[in-house]
Amino acid sequence: MTRRSLTGWGRTSPTRAEVVAATDSVVVVNALNGAGRRGILPRGLGRAYGDAAQNAGGTVLSVTSLGGSITIDHQGVATVSAATTIDDLIRAALPQGWFVPVTPGTRQVTIGGAVAADIHGKNHHVDGSLMSHVRRLTLITPTGTRRLMPSDPLFWATAGGMGLTGVVVSAEVVLTPVTTSRMAVDTDRTADLEETLAVMSDGDDRFRYSVCWIDCLSRGRRLGRSIVTRGDHAEVGALPAGAVRDPLAFTPRRPLPAPPWAPSGLLNVATITAFNEAWYRRAPRHERGAIQSIGQFFHPLDGIEGWNRAYGRRGFLQWQILIPFGSEPTLRRIIERLASARCPSFVGVLKRFGPGNDGHLSFPGPGWTLALDMPVGPAALGPLLDELDEAVVSAGGRIYLAKDSRLRPELIEAMYPRLPEWRQVRSAADPHGVMNSDLARRLGLLEAHGSTRSGHQGRPARAGA
Amino acid sequence: MKDALGRPQSVLVIGATSDIARSVLSKLAGAVTSRMVLAARDQDRLAQVEADLRQQGVADVRTISFDAIDIASHAGLVADAFSRGDIDVVLVAFGVLGDQLSDERDPVAAASVMQVNATAAVSVGVACAEALAGQGHGTLVALSSVAGERARRSNFIYGASKAGMDAFYQGLAASLADRGVDVVVVRPGFVHTRMTVGLKPPPLSTDADSVAEAVVAAMAGGSATVWVPKPLRLVMAVLRHLPTPVFRRLPL
Repeated sequence: MTRRSLTGWGRTSPTRAEVVAATDSVVVVNALNGAGRRGILPRGLGRAYGDAAQNAGGTVLSVTSLGGSITIDHQGVATVSAATTIDDLIRAALPQGWFVPVTPGTRQVTIGGAVAADIHGKNHHVDGSLMSHVRRLTLITPTGTRRLMPSDPLFWATAGGMGLTGVVVSAEVVLTPVTTSRMAVDTDRTADLEETLAVMSDGDDRFRYSVCWIDCLSRGRRLGRSIVTRGDHAEVGALPAGAVRDPLAFTPRRPLPAPPWAPSGLLNVATITAFNEAWYRRAPRHERGAIQSIGQFFHPLDGIEGWNRAYGRRGFLQWQILIPFGSEPTLRRIIERLASARCPSFVGVLKRFGPGNDGHLSFPGPGWTLALDMPVGPAALGPLLDELDEAVVSAGGRIYLAKDSRLRPELIEAMYPRLPEWRQVRSAADPHGVMNSDLARRLGLLEAHGSTRSGHQGRPARAGA
Repeated sequence: MKDALGRPQSVLVIGATSDIARSVLSKLAGAVTSRMVLAARDQDRLAQVEADLRQQGVADVRTISFDAIDIASHAGLVADAFSRGDIDVVLVAFGVLGDQLSDERDPVAAASVMQVNATAAVSVGVACAEALAGQGHGTLVALSSVAGERARRSNFIYGASKAGMDAFYQGLAASLADRGVDVVVVRPGFVHTRMTVGLKPPPLSTDADSVAEAVVAAMAGGSATVWVPKPLRLVMAVLRHLPTPVFRRLPL
């Protein structure tokens, strides 16, 4: 057990906690029973951008050493321990002709964290988010170990529940059959936002995977210019001659390390505008059926280890929103506002979601999602995003909690209308408020806004605690 | 919790009726701070500050009576302030200027400047440090003064008291560095406020609003020492190293 300062991937708002390595379920149970008044929280690889995996003054249970077991049956159901990463699972499953049902933009997340955020990927419009492919969960709650199925409300409270229902120790995930480890990818470069939205709305349904990289710094006629990349798992026949012999080979390159230090102002409007321009020019106007590796298509940033350090000491944040279909004018206004505000933002991600699932706090729902990485520093950034949050709420949209590091608590119930229901299910499993996090404290997730009792005082002091 | 941009949700301000504190509170009320605990001695003025902040839309404002001289009450006051949830930022803003020329002939009056500015600042600092370290996060901002940098003929009693509190908070910063708490010492030059009405301002004087801006920026963390205005850092570095005979001849 060590005291450590922890941050999320954005490297903002460090807080201190006792970090306990969860080596097995017994350690988890003991840690939950012995948690002090500041509570306890599981943490995986710390890829949530904000304060979701921090618990100031309390205990953080590091689950990365919680086994690493993967068994895959002949029907493609993988039983994995919570510390298994998407990378581990892809490496184990691909040679047997299976792929993960959902992968985010990095392979370096644990299954436990993936469940807690109910992660989505480029196939959401077809396949939904991760928890739509999970058949069973083993969850250690403060009131005991539960084996959960989708018929259980606690299963769905855990889906996107940000680790606040307990500690996931294993999950059964239904994999997707594939015949190769390559992707066949179509690329279309669009000139402006209208074309971007039209290309995606009209053509997405023909592809299993679809994503759009959008330039949120270009203005005027170029507002919303993008690169739309869509594809599916390649068939053996589409592979180049050299790859046919071993169609399921998966040999991602070892990541290059990012420099250990960078000045805070390195990524500014000038450098990022130049990058966005170069990146847009580099893409082909229209390309069909290009063969790409899984890493190239799904996880481009995994090529550089610790790329988050490039933002310097002050760190950065990611703002990811959902805007329901039908509110495209709001989406347009938001992109216009972002472009005119001149707060630097790297090429963003725009994607169409399909229907959501039963997760009370699951992020995806029918609509557009936009995600932007922005360096902390410009004084205008806080007020700008506060203002845009209001527009998101007015459109019936929401912010992704796994990315959030700055939302104001007043808006959370409007964004997640099932929050009261989630609180009920959650507190049945954790009546004394043992599970807690900085995110939960900041947003008042555990109890209604304005309540005088604060989260960490929910439990009577115990002898020896 | 502070957000990624370093903006606090909750603050405790001790000495909340000072001009600088009021300006800080007003800026925070315009941002995202929704819970404020205000401590001060003058309850009428404090009620006015509270009313102003409510007017600005801060939902949760609470006032506590604070007497710097009553050292024994400080621990309880701080515990009370932290009793309804985390405090993201504590601002120690109380202090008295004294009257140099008459205090020089009045041992009790001279010592009471020390009691308020130094002794009470230490007792409040110790109490807040424990509370902040216990919650594993937070920032403690202490309002010091350039007067503590080198004792001057014109205000050395005040200067001595600020030198004491300044040194204490620098040391506290070191002791809390690995406990999740940041301590920031803010050293303004001459500030035009109620406290300095009638005094002749030296060059590089500033106002409460500028100091408040620096204090709010300091809450985001980063610097352990903040000078207002910034060039004072260089000026004081020079003054500090002047030979005494030269320094004494300066009209300071």
